[in-house]
Amino acid sequence: MALIYPVRSLAAHPPYLAPDYVSTRLRSPSRPLVIVPHTLSELSGPAFGHDAVRENHMDLTVQHAGEPLGERIIVTGRVTDEDGRPIPDTLIEIWQANAAGRYVHVSDQHPAPLDPNFTGAGRCVTGPDGSYRFVTIKPGAYPWRNHHNAWRPAHIHLSLFGPSFLTRLVTQMYFPGDPLLAIDPIYQSIPDERARQRLISSFDIDTTMPEWALGYRFDIVLRGRNETPWEDPHDD
Amino acid sequence: MMTDARGKPDGITPSQTVGPFFAYALTPGGRYAFEVLAGDDLTVPGVAGEAVQVSGRVLDGEGKPVADAFLEIWQADGAGRYPDGSGPGNTGFRGFGRAETRDEGRFAFRTVKPGPVAGPDGSAQAPHICIGLFARGVLRRLYTRIYFPEDAQAHGKDPVLALVPADRRGTLIARTAGPGAYTFDIVLNGADETVFFEA
Repeated sequence: MALIYPVRSLAAHPPYLAPDYVSTRLRSPSRPLVIVPHTLSELSGPAFGHDAVRENHMDLTVQHAGEPLGERIIVTGRVTDEDGRPIPDTLIEIWQANAAGRYVHVSDQHPAPLDPNFTGAGRCVTGPDGSYRFVTIKPGAYPWRNHHNAWRPAHIHLSLFGPSFLTRLVTQMYFPGDPLLAIDPIYQSIPDERARQRLISSFDIDTTMPEWALGYRFDIVLRGRNETPWEDPHDD
Repeated sequence: MMTDARGKPDGITPSQTVGPFFAYALTPGGRYAFEVLAGDDLTVPGVAGEAVQVSGRVLDGEGKPVADAFLEIWQADGAGRYPDGSGPGNTGFRGFGRAETRDEGRFAFRTVKPGPVAGPDGSAQAPHICIGLFARGVLRRLYTRIYFPEDAQAHGKDPVLALVPADRRGTLIARTAGPGAYTFDIVLNGADETVFFEA
């Protein structure tokens, strides 16, 4: 069977059924997944480039008349494949709660204020070296109803395409040192400790801009094709 | 990023659920100020293929509607061409759409019926639409395919359907709902569970 992308890498993902995350119980397949070859349908994928991104999409603090409340932050990093090769020209979409932990979404009715100057949605396209950069505000933690006194750790949702249907990824970025991570069933659904750690951004003083914004680095690794041999980094 | 001595990453970034609050960013559909990236109508002037509507419901393990999911579809045009920039005639067709489920877990796409596309080892795949499903309670994209009821002969030779246990293949085949209209329900869990793929 032609498996162009290694499937062993998928072990990093959470299982569909993670009983402590209650919503998975009735929304996860109970039958084994059917393993299929990687055909043209899986190896191709939609291409969204700069035409999908407006000037203010990468800066979530300038999308309204005034400035949003909260701690201004810069989130930056590189998107590579699992062999370390940069993934250029790929679309990243993000969404998040405001500084008070409230989403603009109509279904979020928890008693924290909306911010008229913050929507919480952004987009950008990676550069030639796979790098990306967003300016936003640090999202707040918020309560949810999974169990008694359940709180989500502060996070930013990210959606990436990569070069094919198989490289599609939706994930969440967390912040270092957050005490809620240890008791969050969504974060803890990832079985492997090292894989979990990859979802935690790192504070970065070099990204931090004096008297302006704290900087966090978050590198993202998408699946990569088996057939691409590892090249020595000096071989450019 | 943790890397080994040669700079190779420690592994891929794990998936997490989209949660319930994605719509204002991913499927704004006019209800939110943010601009839509890809909507539920894939048809463009001059695209090869017969215009069709594919609609259905997403249901959980108790048969209850899942009203906070979204679906992404990826497909070839009516001539079996994926929009990868190659080949004349389908340049305006993106082959990609998004639709959220709403009341009663319903979704709908307007698109064209795809043509057959190449499979492994010189085989041909029957016309199909790839679906990625995301929702609260879904920790990682669910992948399934829609096939069309009038292609029964091609289904017998399809290399992907061949891997699906015969008694479950029916979950991958849409039903005719009138001229140019199909229905396709997705059951996430339970006795009537849709077949999902690992690829």
